[in-house]
Amino acid sequence: MSESGHKGVLDWSIQPPYLHAPYVATVRRAPHHPLVPLAASLMERTGPVYGEGDIGPLDHDLTKNAAKNGEPLGERIIVTGRVLDENGRGVPGVLIEIWQANAAGRYIHKNDQHDAPLDPNFVGAGRTLTDEKGFYRFISIKPGAYPWKNHFNAWRPAHIHFSLIGRNFSERLVTQMYFPGDPLLEYDPIYQGIPNIKARSRLISRFDLETTQPEWALGYRFDIVLAGYDQTYFEPGGH
Amino acid sequence: MRAQYPSQTVGPFFAFALVREGGNMLVNEQTLGERITLKGRVLDGDNEPVDDALVEIWQADAQGRFRHPADPQHAQADPHFKGFGRSGTTGEGFCFQTIKPGPVPPSPVPCIAVRVFARGMLIHAVTRVYFSDHDNTQDPVFAGLDPVRRQTLVAQRCELPSGVVYRWDIRLQGEGETIFFDL
Ligand SMILES: [Fe+3]
Repeated sequence: MSESGHKGVLDWSIQPPYLHAPYVATVRRAPHHPLVPLAASLMERTGPVYGEGDIGPLDHDLTKNAAKNGEPLGERIIVTGRVLDENGRGVPGVLIEIWQANAAGRYIHKNDQHDAPLDPNFVGAGRTLTDEKGFYRFISIKPGAYPWKNHFNAWRPAHIHFSLIGRNFSERLVTQMYFPGDPLLEYDPIYQGIPNIKARSRLISRFDLETTQPEWALGYRFDIVLAGYDQTYFEPGGH
Repeated sequence: MRAQYPSQTVGPFFAFALVREGGNMLVNEQTLGERITLKGRVLDGDNEPVDDALVEIWQADAQGRFRHPADPQHAQADPHFKGFGRSGTTGEGFCFQTIKPGPVPPSPVPCIAVRVFARGMLIHAVTRVYFSDHDNTQDPVFAGLDPVRRQTLVAQRCELPSGVVYRWDIRLQGEGETIFFDL
């Protein structure tokens, strides 16, 4: 809440700050001026609308969507959950795009110089839409930890990047999903960049025996609460 | 109330998931409106181009309509216009092929919504771009901004033999820092 009484979509007691010096790259990229309140117009209350036609049948299955001559290496996982709004209602039609390193901790990207093998059957990108109740499901491989140059002996905990496009321009989140019990979380300035301990712990998925499929794959549950302007705002009678 | 989930950086390795062929092309041959190129750089606090950022835009069609149910006129929106675009940055910056949007009442001037993501940004930054050939002081948001700083939101029109280009740099930090909004 600003001095003018403006209440934005984002809760700054939960969201990370722009400047978090232990994450070195923030130092020259963090805006110095405070954010300016914005009374959202129709532009911010609308946004791209996606449908089934935008998604291919294998887009959600990272073990198949780039397979050339076999299965990718690593521990097969199912990642599933529900996207909710701040009132606890499922959000349908959310475009979720994910990307991740392979089991050895290597990305397909020209700037990834980590000396770990690429996997010919794994690209590490997928996407899906939430169903009418807000549920989504991906099949993948557990990503490996990987080193980065932020400080001496810096390693990213295993994570899957998530991008969510909700029902309008205001409903947008890019985040990362982590795995329970990872000892690297304690040393990671990106995870630790979220000052609120309870808020950051929500990014750790939960091992889920019900999602786990016998003889096939471990299941992880990751629900996501997405902030944004209420979709019903401009609908007749919805004021 | 449920607590919203915190943002994390997009990191350096998003391109193979988020930057698709044609993602920065909002038009096809049948799209109505004046064809424009919107291009510029994302600059850091050292005035160096950020070559691993992601820029997203959202805008109305040439009539000022959005193809979205919250717009009462969405049924008349141009079916050949995408409205949403994404561009990864290189050292040269970002680039979109789009049209000049129509103004959306109550504003008499057009603008485009912009969001920036990058390695080194734990959370995205939201801004807007206006056009140098309009009296943007007539826009209720623009009019309320600091008269010096709001110039950071104005793209400069250049009429080149290849077409109309609007140039607009996004400065993350320092002198001439772009206005970012708490949406
Ligand atoms: Fe990563």
